[in-house]
Parts: sequence; C-alpha cells; structure tokens
Amino acid sequence: MAATETIRVAAPTRRSRLAERGVDRTLLLLAPAVVLLVAMFAYPFLYGLQLSLRPQEGGGLLANYRAFFADSFESGTILKTLRLAVPATAFNVLASIPIAYFMRRPFRGKRLLTAILVVPVTLGTVLVAEGLLRYLGPRGWFNRTLLELGVLDEPLRLVHNYWGVLFSLIITGFPFAFLLILSYMSGIDPTLERAAATLGAGPWQRFRRITLPLLAPGLATTAVLCFVLAFAVFPSASLVGQPSGSTRVLSIAAYHAAFEDYDYSMGSAIAMIMGAVELAVIGLLLGARSQLYKGPSTGGKG
Amino acid sequence: MNRRLFAGPGAWLIWAVVGFFLLNLAGLIGEVIVNSLGTRWFDTWLPQGFTFKWYSGAWDEFALSHVLIVTFEVAVAVIAISLAVGVPAAYALARRQFPGKRAVMLLLLLPLVLPPLTYGIPFATVLYEVKVAGTLSGVILANLVPAIPFVILVMTPFVEQIDPNVESAARMCGASTRKLMTRVLVPLLIPGILAAGLLVLVRTVAMFELTFLTSGPDSQTLVVALYNAAFAAGIRADQSIDAMAVLYMLTTLLLLVIALRFVNPTQLVSRVREEPTK
Repeated sequence: MAATETIRVAAPTRRSRLAERGVDRTLLLLAPAVVLLVAMFAYPFLYGLQLSLRPQEGGGLLANYRAFFADSFESGTILKTLRLAVPATAFNVLASIPIAYFMRRPFRGKRLLTAILVVPVTLGTVLVAEGLLRYLGPRGWFNRTLLELGVLDEPLRLVHNYWGVLFSLIITGFPFAFLLILSYMSGIDPTLERAAATLGAGPWQRFRRITLPLLAPGLATTAVLCFVLAFAVFPSASLVGQPSGSTRVLSIAAYHAAFEDYDYSMGSAIAMIMGAVELAVIGLLLGARSQLYKGPSTGGKG
Repeated sequence: MNRRLFAGPGAWLIWAVVGFFLLNLAGLIGEVIVNSLGTRWFDTWLPQGFTFKWYSGAWDEFALSHVLIVTFEVAVAVIAISLAVGVPAAYALARRQFPGKRAVMLLLLLPLVLPPLTYGIPFATVLYEVKVAGTLSGVILANLVPAIPFVILVMTPFVEQIDPNVESAARMCGASTRKLMTRVLVPLLIPGILAAGLLVLVRTVAMFELTFLTSGPDSQTLVVALYNAAFAAGIRADQSIDAMAVLYMLTTLLLLVIALRFVNPTQLVSRVREEPTK
C-alpha cells in the first residue's frame, strides 16, 4: 500500500488510478470464485437458454415455448406449482409471526425448542415425504387417532394428492420461516417497545406500530426464501403427491421432458420458464416490501 | 419473563399450535422408526414384533457402505473447495468497493435463489456433452454451484467484523501477505469458517435435486439412494426403505448436533440475512 502511495505522488499511473476506485490486487482473491461460477452457473444457464431456442423438432426459435403454452397439460403446471408454493409460503410466514412474537424474549428451553425446529429443515424433503406417506396414510397413526376418537368414520385421503404435498411443504418450511422471523424479531431493540408502552400504547398498538414495521424487511426476505424452498417442490411432489395429475409441478414437467423424453431442448425451455416465474413472484414480493416500508433495511439492531 | 409466556388465552393457543406441530413431527419420524424395526404391521397401532433384520438387509440391498463413502467423499470435497474459493472471495467483497460489484453480487445470489432444477437441468446437459455426467466429479461440481455463493455470503459479515487496523498493524510489524493470512486473518476467521463449513456439510448431505440430476448408479449420495428406493416402492419391503430412511436421519441428526454445538440457529440466520436483503 505504501508503494502505491509514493507512486501516486510522483505521477498518477494507471494502476494507482484503478486502486483509487478499489481495483487492486486484492480483487484477485475474488477471481477463482467468479471464474468457477461463470463456468458452472452462468455458462450452463446461457447454454440452456440457447438450447431451449433450438427445438429438437425444428419450428423456429420459440417453438418450445409455444408448445408449452399451447398444451394446457404443460402450461397448467405453472398454476399447479403456484397453487402449492403460494399458500405454503403464506401459511408458514403468517403462522410464524405471532408465535415468534410470543417467543421473542429469552425463556428456559428456547434453545432446545429452536434445536428441535431445525430438525425438519435438516431432514430434507425426501425424508419428510417418506415419513408423511406412512404417517398420513390410510392406516397411519394420524388417521388411526382420528378414527379411534370417533372424529371420522373413514380415513381421510391425505397422501398421493395435493394435501400431502402441502403438508410436506409446511413441515419443512414452517420451522425455517419461524427461525428466520424469530431471529429478526430478536434483533429488534426491546427498548423501543417499552418506550411506546410508556407513551401509552397498548399491546396491539405496540405490535402494529413498532414491531411490525421494523419486521417488514425481514418478513419480505423470509417470504422470498420460503417461496424459493416451496417453489422447488420436486421430491415431495413426486413421492407424496400425484406426479401425473394434481401435483404435476413445473419441476416434474422439466425433469420429465429432459430425462424421460430425452428432449433436453424442451427440458431447458421449461427450466427457463420455471426460473422466470419464480423471479417474477420474488419481484412482486420485494416490490410489496418497498411499498410497505421505506427505511433502513437492518431493522432496529444497533 | 416465564409468567408472561404462559399467561393469557393467546399464549395458550400459540403453545397449542406449536405442540400440535411438534406432535405431528414426532409422529412422522416415530412411525418411520417403528416401521423400520417392525416385523409385520397391518391394521394395528404397533407391529406384531420387533427385529433388526431390515437394517442388515437394507445395508446389503442398497449397498449402503458404498453410498455412505460416496456421500462422505462428495461432502468433504465440496467443503474443501468451497471454503478454499469462498473465503478469499468473501474477504475481497467485504473489504473493497469496486465497479461491477453489483454484477458479482448478482452472480452470487442467483444460484441461491433460483430453484436448483432451473440451472441443474442445463448443467446436467452440459455434463452429458463433456461426458462427466454420472461420475463423482460431476456430482461434486454440481454441489459447488450453490455451496460457493453460500460460503461467501456467510463469511462476508465475519470478515467485516475484523478491524482493518489489525491488518495494518500486522503490516507495520513487517508481516508479508502470506503471514498476514495465516497468522492474523485465518485465526480470526476460524469461527466463521467452521460455521460455513458445517452449513455446507448439512446442505450438501441434504441436497437432493442437483445430486439427483448429475449422479449415476455409482455416484449416488444417501438422499438420492433414499429417493430412488422410495420412488420405486413396492419393489422392496417398506421396512427396508424405512431402515435406510432411519440411517439417513441418524446421519443428518449427527451432523446437526455437531453443528448446533458451534452455531446458534437464530444468530446464524440473522448473520446470513444481511446480504440477501440488499
């Protein structure tokens, strides 16, 4: 650093001018990561994009996309995916807010509770799907309990349909949303609420006027991350769902096209559509956030 | 504090919801465990008898020793490479403002935000073209795509916590760049590196989609083997699939226990959150 200083005093070289803008040898540390990601993420992605524009059966650049949207069985997958991902995200985030609000202060067993809630996140969707097949199945413990209690006359059909997949998204997604929101909530300075109480705000007012606005950016991030998790439903949709019917989601359609029909071009096209739909929803969520809240994004954490 | 938690109808309702969730979670996990230990189980609460035979059966049937070795190899390679590449990159990103930083951030965020299948399918297609698909290296490469950005995003706040004056002081005392790295930065970053490494480990073991798309019969990790067994249900006994599920569960829980000794989940997410919100 000392060397560049003296050079700049003598005559501003190209190197020192770049260094002033922050470009110096430290940036070389970034190079391996950027090169690897360009080679393994950006290149395949662009390759997939151009592959999707060269349909196997010919018919022009957009033939794959036209075929996708013309066939209601294919284009319906967008709606089926959203019908699972949006309610699951909404439930996970909305249910987490009151629970995290009550648990925002330290209490005995909090660490144990958070540890237990990490379990379903770590187990992953495949195991949860396998477990749900047993637990919610017609002879599983869930239906058996309800039958014995006399709540039901015959077992509820909860697997191999929409509900099984939704439950699996909630079981893995809810703890994730809860832990994120709890950490945002713990980041809000408790003195702010006490100050509001001193000024005469009731519990609801404190929540509505102090906590919720400070939490808004965190809620948006949580909703985005939950949606990302729920949108990718592949294992649960094919295991606990009805992969050829009501839970034939985008990821199943893309996988099917690429690796069962061996039409990589169509598979890539569906993958691109999937990415575009997801980014559109994320854009909406982030747009909603900037509408609701205009302020520093770091919450009340000092 | 404790009194407030249990007082009021709202609090009871909330504890009831949490309790219901945990009860179902326990039922889900419990039924898999009981089934994997049961002999025959038809229309009753519990199986007729208990046995360990499904475990030895599953071990041979699904070649689990091989699958576990593959899982281990993939995880170790992904952790080593992603840390070696990600930690220096996090350092550069935390310390420097430079033109094009936003583009780099976008390149880092997209692999974490896009569904794995979106880039996994084109990625697998490229692997098939260069004939790496189905091999161990293909699986490792695929898992690196989300792991590297993840390490960088977890590490950046850790680097930001280090006072740049510490580095300048080391320089003043005559430390070379290498000595600065090995004697000052890396020791200060150890907690972050540990956290990032463990999280990558947990994520890699649970990463289904990318491994599923790129693996061949010899390069399946545990979670893919479990999916394949569950997907082809009916070919093999339920119980032996569940025995494998229990083994998978034990593996991930072991990793989780180790991870929780070093990282507090709520602190962790609040650290990670700084970057993606911007």
